Amino acid sequence: MNTFIAGLRAEITKLFTTRMWWVLAIVLFAYIALLAGGLGALFGAITTGKITSSGETPHFGTLAPLVYSFATSVGYVFPVLLGALVTTGEFKHQTLTPTFLANPRRSQVLAAKGVASLGVGAVYGVVALVASVGAGAIALTIFGVDTTLGDSDTWALVGRAILAMALWAAIGVGLGVVIPSQVGAIITVLAFTQFVEPLLRLAASFSDATASIGKYLPGAASDGLVGSSFFTISSPGAGVLEWWQGGLVLLAYAVVLTIIGHFISWRRDVT
Amino acid sequence: MATGVPIEFDSVTKRFGDIEAVSELSFSVEPGKVTGFLGPNGAGKTTTLRMLLGLVQPTSGTATIGGSRYAELENPLATVGSALEAASFTPGRTARNHLRVYAQAARLDASLVPAALEKVGLADYADRRVAGYSLGMRQRLGLAFALLGDPGVLVLDEPINGLDPEGIKWIRTFLRELAAEGRTILVSSHLLSEVQQSVDEVVIIAKGRLVHRGDLADLDPAGNQQVVVDSPDREALEAALKAAQLTYTELRGGFLVSGAEAAEVGHVAFAAGVEVSALHKQKSGLEETFLHLVGEGGSL
Repeated sequence: MNTFIAGLRAEITKLFTTRMWWVLAIVLFAYIALLAGGLGALFGAITTGKITSSGETPHFGTLAPLVYSFATSVGYVFPVLLGALVTTGEFKHQTLTPTFLANPRRSQVLAAKGVASLGVGAVYGVVALVASVGAGAIALTIFGVDTTLGDSDTWALVGRAILAMALWAAIGVGLGVVIPSQVGAIITVLAFTQFVEPLLRLAASFSDATASIGKYLPGAASDGLVGSSFFTISSPGAGVLEWWQGGLVLLAYAVVLTIIGHFISWRRDVT
Repeated sequence: MATGVPIEFDSVTKRFGDIEAVSELSFSVEPGKVTGFLGPNGAGKTTTLRMLLGLVQPTSGTATIGGSRYAELENPLATVGSALEAASFTPGRTARNHLRVYAQAARLDASLVPAALEKVGLADYADRRVAGYSLGMRQRLGLAFALLGDPGVLVLDEPINGLDPEGIKWIRTFLRELAAEGRTILVSSHLLSEVQQSVDEVVIIAKGRLVHRGDLADLDPAGNQQVVVDSPDREALEAALKAAQLTYTELRGGFLVSGAEAAEVGHVAFAAGVEVSALHKQKSGLEETFLHLVGEGGSL
């Protein structure tokens, strides 16, 4: 266990000694603040009747948690990218050599990497929620919508969202060992999160049978864990997991990908 | 400093698909000496070293350090230090942080980081990102990683590549000092001339097989001595050499005499009254013996 703790320290040092983590964090913050602020204002304007839409009045449910959950429903791609980049970087820059020389117990190193990524993923969760709750609450206040900041449910959502972001970073590490090519991993992350999964979730929502499968997709599980998402409102037919089920499903994705990657790439000869 | 322990290869074989990169290789490397590990490019040197360090799994056979496989070492970086051919750095990280990461992972004291940087002369550049490093500086950082745990065994793959003449001189002296402290030092190179001034023993491989193992001096048998001699009167000189029954071949700049000392050739010329304009021992036959052993026209 002692060498595991040492490995964990080393992996955390790796994460925080290049520019990547804070560059991604800044982009994440700006993106989520813009979205939560902008869409919070737009939805606020619509629900309070400041903008009248033609036809029926759309129903957004409780607006505040929806706006705050942009942190994860949109921001989750950032911890995945970070996890995938730090892992594929080991292959790209051939730093697996010094890494395995310093600790030849390879599965232990990979486990340490996964656990370290949980930590930095949680940091990203905090960054994204400061952006979504900060900008979102300001926008909602302007339109006189309840920010629900005094509500314990809101803070429970914030906690679950941080957990979701942490788990997404670990999924990124797993993905990085399954696809050690950095370009391949980035393309996969972007294509899957921005295109493939939204389509699958939409398609799955058309029938009850597929919806019961669709809720186990990683993005759907994440929304289940957080408990609110723009997506669950735009495809109301889709089933939703309980928060703890969603968390376990995300954890399972991270663990299974990491174990597969261990056998595909991590255990191989380093030449 | 950890004490130097022997390195042992016991019929190590590595196949990549159909290609046998290393075949039944057995040799040992003793402490207190610098051992050169020589062979042309593609002979299997790097694969052999990577098997020793647990990075490549041998198809059969074992490679051990002080009797243990690398993966079994209690404290790997404090036992064996290594710098491998491919310089492996994250470009965006500083040299100091690079070493800090691996010191932490190997449970080494943090104070060893500045000490290692100091030893290789990088202390002034330690907080620069490695992206801005020259090839020579990267080689030095690789060496700093090898020295990090103050190990008794050092394994260096082509450490001279990319160093300037001053750096080459420095590393030669440095390796001699480390060996004098009782460490085990294994240095690979594809050029004999690069290491011949600093090694005590050589292990030569070609096409994944051991072709020579022993003292450097064994490579230069006395019978292989050659002397170059020239005279303004070539014909008279040739007649004198013939009369003395020396074996020679004609060169553009004189005659190459085999199997004779320079003094002997000089005496032959003097006795025959032939004026000599050049008389010198042909440079070491080591390189030729080496090329002959590895069975190629030269290293690639």
